[in-house]
Amino acid sequence: MLTKLVVYTALLNALLLPATAQQVALATVDQLEARFAGGGDTTYIVNFWATWCSPCVAELPHFEKFGEAHRGEPVKVLLVSVDARSRLRSKVVPFVKKEQLHSEVLLLNETDQQVYIDRVSPDWSGSLPATLFVNTGKQLRRLQEKEFTYDQLVTTYRSLK
Amino acid sequence: MRSLLTLSLLLLGLLARAQQAGYQVGDVVTDFNLKNIDNKNLSLSSYPDAKGYIVIFGCNTCPVSRGYEQRMVALQEKFASKGYPVIMINPNDPEAQQGETFEDMQLHAQKSKLTFPYLEDPGQVVTRQFGALRTPHVFVLQKTDKGNRVAYIGAIDNDPENEKSEQINYVQQAVHSLLAGEQPEITFTKAVGCGVKSKGK
Repeated sequence: MLTKLVVYTALLNALLLPATAQQVALATVDQLEARFAGGGDTTYIVNFWATWCSPCVAELPHFEKFGEAHRGEPVKVLLVSVDARSRLRSKVVPFVKKEQLHSEVLLLNETDQQVYIDRVSPDWSGSLPATLFVNTGKQLRRLQEKEFTYDQLVTTYRSLK
Repeated sequence: MRSLLTLSLLLLGLLARAQQAGYQVGDVVTDFNLKNIDNKNLSLSSYPDAKGYIVIFGCNTCPVSRGYEQRMVALQEKFASKGYPVIMINPNDPEAQQGETFEDMQLHAQKSKLTFPYLEDPGQVVTRQFGALRTPHVFVLQKTDKGNRVAYIGAIDNDPENEKSEQINYVQQAVHSLLAGEQPEITFTKAVGCGVKSKGK
């Protein structure tokens, strides 16, 4: 009985842990900045979204498609959820699984909106969806508070160069 | 050459102004006349005894806005009798977002037991005037000799999940200050919320 329990627990852990740990990591603004700074000539397209935000959910496929279509180019899509940290396991991870998202998904590990919204960009009011285009090598940082179509995403990306 | 410089400075100023569309703290607002869910039109001037107003841009479909509704009801309960009534305006274009028609608003107010007026804004005219960008987005107004002046813009509090032990209630603090004859200490906050839905956006 006990061995059975141990085996099941081990199995359950093997199934659950990698999924949660790999699919949605936590990231502070500092960690995001470090990532941008270390990215060389990579342009980061950082989409801020939430599982409760229907226009965000609607535009996620465009970011997915963009990532697939630009593989091999120095551009990286990051989908940063601003869902509450308490919803990571109950909402965000199941959503990422269900939608089979291929882009890297992170959960913003910040609680003070008066600090992190301005740190992401002074141009961000906090409204969702919002997307940040960053290339530290080119000293480029632009926040767009809007819903993107795929074509608008491609056009904006090309206009950055 | 100098006139060119002046012109470009002027243009820059205009551009900067255009980026900050809507009211800033200190601005005097233009009164509106919008239809309430009871089918009667309402204006700021409909409240002759008010000392000010808590104008909240909120809607039916945004989970953040809905999550704040009971706190909005509490604000109305606490401050309406003291001269600061809550007025909610729906900033969304019902053609751009399902569930935001006038009928939807009436049903929603009933279901959520809203105790304050809930106004539609056809053509999003007042929404653009105020510069409301998301729901919920609050503008606390103070009645002065010069008109209704914006005293605070931003979030209701610092706790959308309503779970922090140390909540900072920005709107309550602002109204308390105004009632005490002072200006609010915090006059502007940002907050994560649902973008206002417009066609082609």
